Order: sequence, then C-alpha cells, then structure tokens
Amino acid sequence: MTRLLSPNLLRTLLPGLSLAALLLAIFYLQPRTMSYFGLNLLLNLAVPIALATIAQMFILCVNDLDLSLGAFISLTACITATWLNTTPLLGVLALLACIVAYGALGALIHLRNLPSIVVTLGMSFVWTGIAVLVLPTPGGAAPGWIRTLMTLKPALVPFPIIALVVIGLVVHVGLMRSAAGVVLRGAGGNAKSVARAGWSLLRVKVTMFSLAGLFGVLSGMALVGLTTSADANIALRYTLLSIAGGILGGGEFVGGRVSPIGAVIGAITLALAGSFLSFLRLNPDWQIGAQGAILILVLALRLLISAREVRR
Amino acid sequence: MRGVEKSFGAARALTGVDFDAARGCCVGLVGHNGAGKSTLMNVLAGVVSPDQGEILINGALLDATYDPARAAEQGVRVVFQELSLCPNLTVAENLRIFHPSIKGIGWRKTARQVILAELDRIFPGHGISPDAEVGTLSIARRQMVEIARAFSNVNSRIELVILDEPTSSLDQNSAAQLVAFVRGFVAKGGTVILISHLLGEILDATDQIVVMKDGATAAVDATRHFDRPRLVREMGDVLAENNAFGGRKSTRRDGPALVSGPEENDQYLQLYPGEIIGFAGLSGHGQTDMLVRIFEASQGARGKITATEKAVFVAGDRQTDGVFPLWSITQNIFVGSLTRLTKGLSLDFGQAEEEAQDWQKRLSVRTPDMANNILSLSGGNQQKALFARALGADARIVLMDDPMRGVDVGTKQEVYEILTQEAANGRALIWYTTETDELKHCDRVYVFREGRIVAELSGEMLSEENILSHSFEKDTA
Amino acid sequence: MSPLTSLPQKPWIWAWIGAILMWLIIMSVSGIVAGGQVMSAAASFGTFFVIVAIGQMFVITLGPGNVDLSIPACITLSATLAMKFMNGDPNLLLPGFLISLSVGLVIGTLNFLLILLLRIPPIIATLSASFLYQSTAIWSNRGLRVKPPEVLGDFAVSKILGVPILTIVVLILSVAMAFTLHRTRFGLSVLAVGQNQKAAKLAGIRVERVRFLTYLMYAVLAAICGFFLAGFSGGAALNMGEQYLLMSIAVVVIGGTSVAGGDANLTGLWGASLFIFLLVSMLNTLGLSAGYRLIVTGAIIVGIIAISGRKSAI
Repeated sequence: MTRLLSPNLLRTLLPGLSLAALLLAIFYLQPRTMSYFGLNLLLNLAVPIALATIAQMFILCVNDLDLSLGAFISLTACITATWLNTTPLLGVLALLACIVAYGALGALIHLRNLPSIVVTLGMSFVWTGIAVLVLPTPGGAAPGWIRTLMTLKPALVPFPIIALVVIGLVVHVGLMRSAAGVVLRGAGGNAKSVARAGWSLLRVKVTMFSLAGLFGVLSGMALVGLTTSADANIALRYTLLSIAGGILGGGEFVGGRVSPIGAVIGAITLALAGSFLSFLRLNPDWQIGAQGAILILVLALRLLISAREVRR
Repeated sequence: MRGVEKSFGAARALTGVDFDAARGCCVGLVGHNGAGKSTLMNVLAGVVSPDQGEILINGALLDATYDPARAAEQGVRVVFQELSLCPNLTVAENLRIFHPSIKGIGWRKTARQVILAELDRIFPGHGISPDAEVGTLSIARRQMVEIARAFSNVNSRIELVILDEPTSSLDQNSAAQLVAFVRGFVAKGGTVILISHLLGEILDATDQIVVMKDGATAAVDATRHFDRPRLVREMGDVLAENNAFGGRKSTRRDGPALVSGPEENDQYLQLYPGEIIGFAGLSGHGQTDMLVRIFEASQGARGKITATEKAVFVAGDRQTDGVFPLWSITQNIFVGSLTRLTKGLSLDFGQAEEEAQDWQKRLSVRTPDMANNILSLSGGNQQKALFARALGADARIVLMDDPMRGVDVGTKQEVYEILTQEAANGRALIWYTTETDELKHCDRVYVFREGRIVAELSGEMLSEENILSHSFEKDTA
Repeated sequence: MSPLTSLPQKPWIWAWIGAILMWLIIMSVSGIVAGGQVMSAAASFGTFFVIVAIGQMFVITLGPGNVDLSIPACITLSATLAMKFMNGDPNLLLPGFLISLSVGLVIGTLNFLLILLLRIPPIIATLSASFLYQSTAIWSNRGLRVKPPEVLGDFAVSKILGVPILTIVVLILSVAMAFTLHRTRFGLSVLAVGQNQKAAKLAGIRVERVRFLTYLMYAVLAAICGFFLAGFSGGAALNMGEQYLLMSIAVVVIGGTSVAGGDANLTGLWGASLFIFLLVSMLNTLGLSAGYRLIVTGAIIVGIIAISGRKSAI
C-alpha cells in the first residue's frame, strides 16, 4: 500500500475531507454562499457549537460523557442574557460559580467512582431548574460587548472563521502541545500509569471538568451574542450536537484520543449539515434524522478504515 | 524491608517478609506465579501499602504517607510487569508523564533527547522514534521504552530500579543488551532488583538471589552459591526430581482430531481424545490467544481453526477472566452448565447445589459453605472452583490458560491427578503453562514465539533445553 | 427466593422508605383523602415508569457503558404509528398493537446491529439511532395529537376495586421478569455478563446473543409502554417519551440496581417509581415552582447515586 493511503493518515484526514465535501456541495447548490456575507451567515452558529464540542471533548478525554451539557449551556445563556447584562458583577460571579460547580462534579464523579452518564443526566434537571428560575420566560438581552464581538466585521476574513481558527489553535496548543496537556491526556489513556508517576487523578478530573465548564460558559455567551435573547431550553440540543461533533472530529470514546482541531471541524460540519439540508429543500422533519444518519455514516467509514489497518 | 505483610481479602499475599538490597548489587527475585514477588515490589514502590511491617531506604524509616511520588523522590523506579505507558501518547510525551521536571517551553525537545539517548545507551540499534505513538509500537519496543524510561535521569535521584519480568517480551539480543547494561549500572553503584522466570538470566545477571514461596522468603544467598537445581528445589518443586520429561504414559485414543489448525501456521496443531498437550514459550507470545481462538471455534466461529466438540476454558487470570465476584461459589460453578441444568422454564437449583457439594468433596474446596461468596476463598481454592466449573460442563475439550498461578503445591498435586484422570476418561486437554515442570504432564508440547507455533516437541525431543531454545529467536549471526 | 439469589443487603429498601416518607408528607399537608388519590395516581403513572425501567434495568445490568438512550424516540414512534394506523377505530386494536410490537422489534434489532457492527459504545449507537427514530415520528405525526380508539383509552384508565388494571398487568409482568432474571438461563447470563463479560464468554455464555435479546426486550417493552401511554394520556404526542429517558435510568439506580452491572432487583423498581412520582407530587403539594421542582428532583437523584455509588464500585 502506498504511504499516501495509510489508514492513520486517512483517519486524520476524514473530518477535514467530510467538511470539504459538504462545503463544495453547498457552494454548488447555492453559489451566493461563496461570499464574505454568505460565509458569515453559514458559519455564525458554528461558533457556539464548536465551543460546546470542545467542552464535551474535555470530558470524553477522561473517558466520561456529559449528558447535561445542553442544559448547562442553556443556563449560562440565561445568566448571560440577564444578570451579566444588568448587573455584570453578579453575572460574572454566577458564571464563575457555574465553572466551579462543574469542577466539583468532576471531583464527585472521581471520588465516588460514579458513572458520569447518570450523574450528568440528573444534573441536567438541576441546570434546567436554575435556568427557569433565572429566566422564567424567554427574553433577556445580550450584553452590548458580546453582541459587538459576535457581529464584528473584520476586513477580508469573516469573524466566525477567525473565531473558529483561534478556538481550535488555542485548545490544540493547550491540550496537545503543552507539558500540562500531556498529563491530562495521559490520564485518559492509562490512568494507573499517570497515578504511579505521582500525579493526582483527582486534580486531572477536576481540571478537565472545569475546562468543560469554562467552554460551556463561553458557548452560552457566544450563543446569546448571536440570538440576542435566551430561554431555559435554548441549547438543549447542544448535548447531542457536542457528542456528535466530537465523534465527527475523530475523537474516540475511550483512551484519551481526542483532537481539538478535529472537534472544531466536526462542529462546523454539523452546523453546515443543517444549511445543506435546507438548500436541498429536504423536509425539515428529517433534519434531525439526517444528522443521525451522518453520524452513523462517519462511524461506519471510520470502522472501514480501521478494518483496513488491521488487515495490513 | 522488615516483616512486611499484606492480604487481599482472604488471600494472604505476603506473610512477614524480610528483604534487603545492598547498594551496588543486583538482587534476583524468583518464585512461582503468585508467590508474592510482584506484591512485595509494589509495596517497595509505594503502590500498595502493607498491612504490617516497615520499609527503610538508606536507613531511613518510611512512614504511612509513602506513595509512588515519595518513592520517586527516594530514587526508586519500577518497570511493572504489565506495561504502564499511555498508549495514546508519544514516546517523548510518556517521558514527560514520568518526569514532572520536564516542562516549560521546549520541553518536547528535552524529552525527545533524553529518551533517545537512554534508548541508544541500553538498546543500541533499537530503531524507535521518540515521536511515535506508543499504541502503534510492538510489545517488544514498548517494553524497551518502558525500561529506558525507568533508567532515564532528569534532575532526579536514581538509586534503585525494580525490573519485573523485563525480558518477557524482548528478543534474545535485546535481553542480552539489557543484562549487560544492568551489570554496568550496578558497577557504578546503582541497585537493581530483577524478577524473572528465566533462571539462566537470574544466574547470569545477579549478585544475590532471593527465592520466594507462598508469600514468604524461602532462601537468600549469594548467586555463586546457587545453581539451577538448587533454585528449582528452593522454589518448591518436589516433582522436579522424581518426575522427568516423557514420564507420562499417554492415554491417547484412536479417532479423528478434535481440534486442528490454524491453517496459516507452518506448524499445525492437532488434539486427539485422551491427550494432554502443552503450550510453551515465553509468556505473552500468543498462547492465550490460541486458546481463545480454539474456544471460539468450538462455539461455531468460522476461522482457520476447526474444533469438532464443545470446549471449556479454565482461566488462569482469575480476576479478569474467571471469577464472577458478586456470586457464591456454587453459582460460580454452575454458570458453566446453564443449558444442562435448565429444566423446563427454570434452572434446577437443587441439582446445582448437589453438584457443587460433590465438587467440594472431590476437589476439597476449603470453605464452610458453598453458598459463601467466591471471593471468600483463597486464590488456590478459587481456582478449584473454576476447575469444577469446567469439568462439570459437558464438554470434551478442556482449555487451560496457565491455571496454576498462585496455587499452593498441595493443591497442584490434587489437580494434576484429576487432570490425568480426565484424560484417561477420554477428554482432551490443552494446557498452557509458564512453569516448565508442568509440561512434564503433557504428551506433546507446542512451543510459541511471537504469536506462532514454532515447534512441536514429543518423545525424546521433549526437554527443557529444547523448549527454551525454541522459545528464543535463533541468532542469525 | 432461594438462598442462592438472596442478597446480603437489601438495597431496594431505601426506595420504599423514601416512597412512604413522601406519601406521609403529602398526607400531613393535604389530608388522608388527598393521600389516597395521590397513591392511586402514583400507581397509574408509576406503572409506565416500571415497564420502561424493567427493560432499562436489564440493559444496565449488562455492565458499564450499557444504557439505551433511544427509549423516548421508541415510545413516541410506537405510539404515533399505532395511533395513526388505528385512527380511532376500535376494530383495529389488535393490528395496532402488533404495529407497536413490530416497531419495538425493529428498533431493538437496529440498535443492536449498530452496536455490533460499528463496534461503538451502546450509548453512542442508541443516541445516533434515536435521531432517526425521532425524525420518523416527527414526519409521521406532523405535530398533531393522534387520538386513541376509545376502547384503548377506557382500558388504560379502568380499575378493578380501585386498582388500575394496567397496574395489575404490570405487576404480573414484574413477577415474570423477576423470575426470568433470577431463575432462568437468560437472566443468569445477563447477570454474569454484567459482572465480568470476558469471564462470561469464557464460561460458554453467548455474550452477543444475550446482549441482543436484552436490547430487543427493552425496545419491545418501550414500544408497549408507548402504546398504552397513548391510550392513557389521550393520544400520541411528540414529546410523550421525553421524561422517560432520565426516569428510566433514575428508577433503576434508585431501586438499588448496581450501575456497575451484574446485580439487579425488581422490587426496588416499584419503590423507586412510586418514590419519584410521589416526590414530584409532594413538591407540587408544597407549592414549589417548576424551577425548584426540577432542582430538587435532580439533586435528589444525584444525591442517591452518589451515596449508593461507592458500594457498587467495589
């Protein structure tokens, strides 16, 4: 087999190739999207989804799964649209408390050796409950500075593209290149070995969950910046989107094999899939189903590549 | 270490062990699987805290806060038996996990240089890239990385290195490189504790030998006072003297082979009724995989192995492959015969209990009540329950995956007899074992290397020398 | 129960104590009559929790990673297709029920095929597939509430001596399932796989077959639940399955089944179902707003899991 087609390379390229294929199809169907404003519109919503996917990726990296992320992002969106706008100090404190709560959740899961799925499912009730209390009816308003940031119109390159590249690179450097990131990922690959080398697994877990909380908060803020208002259920579907994005981006479910850049690409693919389907004039009833189908398709492709690797 | 004791549940792993390793000395630690070697080393490395006893390093008594991090501060390094690298990280990144002091900008470059230099020093010509993801390396190369990592030095003390079966997956050349390196390390004042099954390696590399048996030290002496027969004797093999290879009278019956394959091998495996055949070779060279493949074939999986009858599996790694920890001894036995015990809609629990009582008598399982939890038994008795599960099932082929790990001598004798009986009754047994002496109970032996059968030995050819020489790669030079 | 299967501790007892406690609080606040009414309602609603929870319990008992997330979609799809087909016609009751059953069979098979063929954790497989089922339900339902035939509606709410018929049916089902779990080859195989999948395989248990049957059974139970739930609540609606995802898991865990797998009991499912329903009723009785109700429910679920967690991990 030639080097060009080695399974490892294929697997790394798969997220990028799927995104490129999707983009080409969209440009073909709707050539007007190939402009500054077109791209801006297409990719706007990818920013909060990418942040959510990165949050989920931190959790996946330590072999857990967060089923409350959507509810959590809804909550942070509600806080952003209310307190952060009216009484910024209270808002900042509340958002910080959210991050601390996430870290504490990580500690609880580690210390009591709990299944993260069940704990986070339960927590989704709590987050939604708080969100309802913060913002009982849909409304609120985005703080001006977030609104300004999210609607920036830099020259040449649309803002979402810059934002997405920055998110991907920052997390890549932090998690994949830095010395501290190595320990965090190592704990996902072989926790026992990391513990034997003298690192605290509790600290690793708390760090990863806090990072997830941080990116969850950022996602909620970005979302409100785009929609200008919030409600308690605004981001519920982000739970599924973030998991799907992580998978599309080449993340594995166990073993600490994740890729921040892949996760961003996966999130963009998902955001674009929606537009693509509407350009196809597909019945909106099938939108969700199509996302599921894409997910299954990518998983199947990945399996084919791995099977080839084994045979070699 | 003074009077170290440790129990896991009902199993006493260590029963008051004293152990010394002098500076500039390579101490060999030998004993059968389950004799307590690994547990003792885990205590020394701070991974396991002892129930009783004390540990002193350089004369200083260590307190209850002793843990892996403290051990590292004291200059204690360990290469564990099961590989402990992170498969999702590169070789250099794994070094960083090991050395907290490698950090800051440019850490990656430092890590690369350090691990590469160390690999070059111990295993010249290793051919490992520091940027390779560990998961993609062969087992042998992972082991080299692990060893090099233990000997690497970055602003830290390195006084004592514990090597637990370091050569189990290395080829002969690399193993020799390691022994040479260890001698050099010791000559410069370092200390090494070497655990190995290969007695030749122990006799070559060490200055002093400690023999362990049933959780206690059986003998301590300078290496020059030991030779192979004495080692074997101290390890508690009474059999070795009155029983030789070829001593077993075959009970093989005529008829077609029950197991044959795999087709891709140069050496073809065949198993006939009434036979006991052995799987030999260094541990982890594909023997267990082969047993599992035969087991799957017996369940109807299509592949390159054919099995014409049902098979049962006796696990050696009891905790991961054998025991159902929430169940009673009785349940653990009858789970192998669920189909046979189903009467109408329900299982016949009365019958199951009766059979369990029978097995308790026949195998002398030491427990007041078979309804007790399986984990209340000692390791050897848990193993008897697993034998009862297998022999109680209506299967003709019995596959055994190094089943005597951690089993005391008395129990072994009982089980050997039962196995001989079962073969005489027409069952066919495959026995993978890491104890060469157990192969004396076999009619024929297949030797494994790197996942393949490389030799079939029987009759005159069946000897310890032949098994060993086939276990290692032939030197091409 | 035979001494073989008796448990050293009774983890399900706490669910019952909790349920009784909730009930006492409700009665002390709003009187004995209201207490009786609430209990009757709890028996009805609890029934649906129990049907789904039995299936989820078998799945969770298979061991870590085994959770079926496609259940809300399965309930909705089964109810929608069956109600649409019958279109209120009582003569089509049996074929309608068969449609529900086949929805369950198809979804169970698809779920397992994905798990097996894609070699992915069941959580991800059932999650991905649930998108497809949900879309099918949306497409077929079009946001309307499809009414059930009157007979079905009557049956679902009818009572004998004040006890809902459905409750009696599900009680019988529970006994049968308890028998299956503790006394049959299939049940013991599930328990064995949950304790140690590798050991189960090497002990001769056909692990994949057992998993398939378990996922199939769960989907069928969820489909049946959807059928009767539609009858009970006056029709199939798109969000009818939503709360059953968390509830099914919560009921199983609070009921004393080990999330680590291999240890399950049905007695606790009833206790936990009643507990959760009564908890929500109590919070209502106390006049808490929706937000606080959600927070307390979630916190109690997480709290119980945290307290019982360490035990199952050992």
